Amino acid sequence: MRRQEVAFTVTDVIAPARIETEEERPQLELPPQIPGHGSGEGHAGGHERHGPTGILKWLTSTDHKVIGLSYMITSLVMFYLAGIMALLIRLQLSSPHSSLLTFGQYNQLFTMHGSLMLYLFAGPFAFGGLANFIVPLQIGAPDMAFPRLNALSYWLYLTGSITMLIGFFVAGGAASFGWVAYAPLSSATSSPGAGGDLWIMAIALTGFSAIFTGVNLVGTIFYLRAPGMTMFRMPIFTWNMLVTAILILIAFPVLTSAMVMLFCDRHFGTHIFTAVGCHLVNGAATASCGSPLLWQNLFWFFGHPEVYILALPFFGIVTEVFPVFSRKPVFGYKGMVFATMAIAALSTGVWAHHMFTTGAVLLPFFSFLSLLIAVPTGIKFFNWIGTLWHGQLQFTAAMLFSIGFLFAFLMGGVTGIMLASPPIDFAVHDTYFVVAHFHQVLFGTAVFAGFAGVYYWYPKMFGRMLRESLGKWHFWLMFVGFWVTFMPQYVVGLLGMPRRVASYPSNLGWQSYNVVSTVGSFLIALSFLLLLVNFVVSWRNPIPAGDNPWDAHTLEWFTTSPPPHHNYTHLPPIRSERPTWDYNHPDALTVPHGKAAHPKKERVPVA
Amino acid sequence: MKIEALFLLFLGVFFGVVGIVYWFWSYEDGGGMMLLGTSLLGFLPGSYYWFWHRRMGHRLEDRDDASIAEGAGVINSFPGSSIWPFVLGMGAFLTVLALVFGMWLIFLGVPLILTALTGVTVESRRGGHV
Repeated sequence: MRRQEVAFTVTDVIAPARIETEEERPQLELPPQIPGHGSGEGHAGGHERHGPTGILKWLTSTDHKVIGLSYMITSLVMFYLAGIMALLIRLQLSSPHSSLLTFGQYNQLFTMHGSLMLYLFAGPFAFGGLANFIVPLQIGAPDMAFPRLNALSYWLYLTGSITMLIGFFVAGGAASFGWVAYAPLSSATSSPGAGGDLWIMAIALTGFSAIFTGVNLVGTIFYLRAPGMTMFRMPIFTWNMLVTAILILIAFPVLTSAMVMLFCDRHFGTHIFTAVGCHLVNGAATASCGSPLLWQNLFWFFGHPEVYILALPFFGIVTEVFPVFSRKPVFGYKGMVFATMAIAALSTGVWAHHMFTTGAVLLPFFSFLSLLIAVPTGIKFFNWIGTLWHGQLQFTAAMLFSIGFLFAFLMGGVTGIMLASPPIDFAVHDTYFVVAHFHQVLFGTAVFAGFAGVYYWYPKMFGRMLRESLGKWHFWLMFVGFWVTFMPQYVVGLLGMPRRVASYPSNLGWQSYNVVSTVGSFLIALSFLLLLVNFVVSWRNPIPAGDNPWDAHTLEWFTTSPPPHHNYTHLPPIRSERPTWDYNHPDALTVPHGKAAHPKKERVPVA
Repeated sequence: MKIEALFLLFLGVFFGVVGIVYWFWSYEDGGGMMLLGTSLLGFLPGSYYWFWHRRMGHRLEDRDDASIAEGAGVINSFPGSSIWPFVLGMGAFLTVLALVFGMWLIFLGVPLILTALTGVTVESRRGGHV
């Protein structure tokens, strides 16, 4: 393709003289660049940066690294806020008739805990934060394809988050109909007040933000790869973000339009999700009748792909971490890519397995497709274990978090297979068994794997190291806290405890399980205080990271830490899926794999 | 461009098949429509990329023997720092708050959106900081 200027040209970025020969490798000798400790920016090929400074720089930046960090910091704030809500919920449940919270406050808290964690932390942290920062670096691009759209995504996300939190300060309190907002509970009659409206508007804003980010990621990955970076040489993290971006484009428009319809139902007199005015003709409702079940169909058509929007990026993170700390290439690269695609494709056809007990869905279809997801997920587990197998393992904090992910996600996944079977689902639907299942899935992915990503890429983002010992304490406290919190919830769910209740009978033996679970949740909270301590220590006493502290494989470790404006002054030749490692180890003995292992046979012309 | 096109066309085919099976098994309108829409989401951009693949062949990033030096030159054009995404975001914020707290906020939100849209267009024409 001819490289051409685009019509909205502001200033051209000239590709610097890129070095491909082996003689020069000045990049590796550059001193580590730490913001506030010398010149950190503006050295890309003599490309000095002019423009605003201070807060104006943050407000006006279109640099993917600044926007990515803004996303990550905002989403971490949301994570801590939602964590505090979880602790209040656990305290309330530690005794059967606790008076810590009123029932109304309890409903607000579990609604906002779920909404913050799912809409404002796990998703934006992955595709807004990490992907924004890492994907352009991994493919050798100077920025995202649409930098101003990228900035707009962040502002819509931030204002959406603020909109949702304003709910706590209005009369009637925040939204209290659960993060799924089932109709008709979310109607103006059942849930009046501004809190619900603010929640709807917040989801609409963050929905647009996610769609814009999805478009941006697809555009970047399709059009801005460096020469030689073919699709099947992209790091698995970038592959997973591409598939996630497609899932976002499938799922979020449905959610955002459902929110608009719900708002119309609440305020403009439509009856899309209410059964008002229905007349039965021969046992069936007339065509002009609204349907509460339509909400569930629309919501879960978003909601189930959303689970994988929250999982696939994190699968990508651990797939980056395992090979680096096993000193091996990733095992089964193409298997990983196709498994990711299969998981994403299947996940869009299983939405109604959340609606088994409505009695209005096609049980065999949704059950079959749900069970089928176990196959590509199993392939991924096989490949992760294959990557670790016979590797020279280094148990850094990032590696520990990734291994923790394997256990946590396996447990959540196995109970997920149980729930995909309608007879089991009918028995445990809406009990704490389901709560424990999805917390193990999401905690395994967004928290274990997510913080593996934080420990792994923090040196690249800030040019300084996090303390490994504090990181290991963080991991072990969290790992223990995780099992102590969620295993009792499976048991208490099987004993029949329903979810979304603020009090429960004291004579059913549920209290002891709840107390153990509450203790576990405080262990998790304590571990996250250690992370804050780690951040503070690394800022007050920086240990410079250098460009490639882990001797890592992918392209982002070739540039400086933190990367300069427009990321690269030169690039190594890209001849495999781990170009930085190839460049740093030219003499390494490698076992040929992929195309190199199966060269095409020369055709000998017959005389 | 070939892999990209095939990737999206595969989505179109997959959801087409799933959608047909689902529709003739359940006759459920909502899910059938959404699966049809998802199938089109694969086919429309997929065929666009396929068209461009046929016209321009392999790009440097599609060739596994391409060298970095071959890609020297202008990569693309990137806008510099710009206040307008922030202004547009604030406009959208005030506009959605208007739907909750009262229409008077629209008189703040919509002008901000219009200013930002104008600003971003004019900025593109005259250039700015990078």
